[in-house]
Amino acid sequence: MKPFNYSRAADDKAAVTSARGQGARYLGGGTNLIDLMKHEIEQPDALVDVSRLPHEAIEETGDGVRIGAAVTNSALAGDPIIRERYPLLSTALLSGATMQLRNRATTGGNFLQRTRCQYFYDTQRACNKREPGSGCDAVGGLNRFHAILGASEQCIAVHPSDMAVAMVALGAHVETALGEGSGRTLPADALHRLPGDTPHIDHQLRHGELITHVVLPKAAEHQLYRKVRDRSSYAFAVVSIGVAFDLLEGNFMNVRIALGGVAHKPWRAARAEEILEGKAPSPELFAKAADAELAEARGYGHNDFKIPLMRRLIIASFGEMTAKQENAA
Amino acid sequence: MYPLQLTINGKAHETNVDPRVSLLDLLRENLGLTGSKKGCDHGQCGACTVIVNGRRINSCLSLAVSHDGDEVTTIEGMASDDGLSPLQAAFVRHDAFQCGYCTPGQICSATALLEELERGEPSVVTKERVELADEEIRERMSGNLCRCGAYNNIIDAILEVAEARA
Ligand SMILES: Cc1cc2nc3c(=O)[nH]c(=O)nc-3n(C[C@H](O)[C@H](O)[C@H](O)COP(=O)(O)OP(=O)(O)OC[C@H]3O[C@@H](n4cnc5c(N)ncnc54)[C@H](O)[C@@H]3O)c2cc1C
Ligand code: SF4
Ligand code: FES
Ligand code: FES
Repeated sequence: MKPFNYSRAADDKAAVTSARGQGARYLGGGTNLIDLMKHEIEQPDALVDVSRLPHEAIEETGDGVRIGAAVTNSALAGDPIIRERYPLLSTALLSGATMQLRNRATTGGNFLQRTRCQYFYDTQRACNKREPGSGCDAVGGLNRFHAILGASEQCIAVHPSDMAVAMVALGAHVETALGEGSGRTLPADALHRLPGDTPHIDHQLRHGELITHVVLPKAAEHQLYRKVRDRSSYAFAVVSIGVAFDLLEGNFMNVRIALGGVAHKPWRAARAEEILEGKAPSPELFAKAADAELAEARGYGHNDFKIPLMRRLIIASFGEMTAKQENAA
Repeated sequence: MYPLQLTINGKAHETNVDPRVSLLDLLRENLGLTGSKKGCDHGQCGACTVIVNGRRINSCLSLAVSHDGDEVTTIEGMASDDGLSPLQAAFVRHDAFQCGYCTPGQICSATALLEELERGEPSVVTKERVELADEEIRERMSGNLCRCGAYNNIIDAILEVAEARA
């Protein structure tokens, strides 16, 4: 590991000031950053510890909830309000990593964790994300875990977070601070970006921009998170889905769908949402929505199976959620 | 070097650390507490599990310098003058290990797990309420790998202690 300075920020302003230098990085729980520093993939010269900033509360705000960026993944998953009103989020968090890791991992850090692409981790291999312009060994290499939507020839990595998929499906907003009282609020689905020609940039935040809170709107009536993985615990998603909607007189309202394990960001399934909105649930409709969303999906060899798998996951998730509805009626 | 104050197994420590030192290396290399083990050093195996402020964490993925003021419990802090902790005794009774390398991490992990159960904290297999069952313990212990494959006996040992407490 390369030497670095360590400091603990007292408040947002101090954090942002300390993180101004090009080589400075924020430290949350460190469960991703420290790992990458051990591999010398990340080589910051200064770490600004934001894990003890006073952003550790989960507060109700009118219809919604405001979550501090330093809230740990286990505290968030176990919070009574989150469990009751946002089970999609609680389930997504609990299906990620392990209790040991979730006890350290923070809400801010989880959003900004980096890809698990094995070539990104292997410094002997070509990777445009790690070293711009060096190439991408995943295209034409082992790419079972890689993207089927929105990828580029420069990078086919996926974002690995379960939590971020849930946040996008729930319509969350991310609040940031960036010095001199400036900061902004952006929708969770605008936080990450597609790789294009600049895959070394994961997200839209500027250097030194600090995530301070995440705001959830009023909870949807029907929510589901499903994760498909190679073993039943302690594994990243092969694919996953977060679904939230209301029903008005039996018709879909406010449908939001986010897909995990398929793209460089949690993938908002806008086309599928549009097809479902206002309609009555039916297996034919679910298939039509899934097909529309995946019309431009493409595999890279080992991950071709993700296309039919994702299709079935979308259809099965809506089937399960609306079957419950029929039984209740 | 950065000054650091820590309470480890009830005893106060004051020391100076290079910020690159993990909590695991601080315990093992600087303080001679070699009970916590280094398996992978990347957060994947759980051999380094210790309890910090009542919560289990992977000490290999945590910088020592970020733990100023924290209370740490390691395997060395489990037994008391009255003997082994209930979990330690149950591990022996159930033959819940072979080589023993993962055992300190397993016992620290399971010790914190019992508290999580008591607080009613959910896991992904929890339905409405936490129920003591094989599946629940397996899910909660999935962060502790055992290359000798002593899993069945580990689960039996933990379930026995959890049931006795319930
Ligand atoms: C073995 C293993 C298995 C895992 N399995 C899963 C899984 O199944 N599903 C899953 O979703 N995740 C999984 N994870 C990843 C884990 O969820 C992340 O490592 C964790 O959420 C990152 O949070 P952190 O607070 O530790 O982030 P850090 O490691 O502290 O930081 C991550 C990044 O975020 C930045 N950052 C941190 N806080 C802020 C802030 N407030 N504002 C701006 N930037 C910030 C840091 O600079 C860094 O770039 C796994 C990790 C491991 C090691
Ligand atoms: S897919 Fe992206 S992260 Fe993986 S090797 Fe290619 S450029 Fe690197
Ligand atoms: S040594 Fe820490 S998890 Fe393996
Ligand atoms: S007893 Fe040998 S690794 Fe678990």
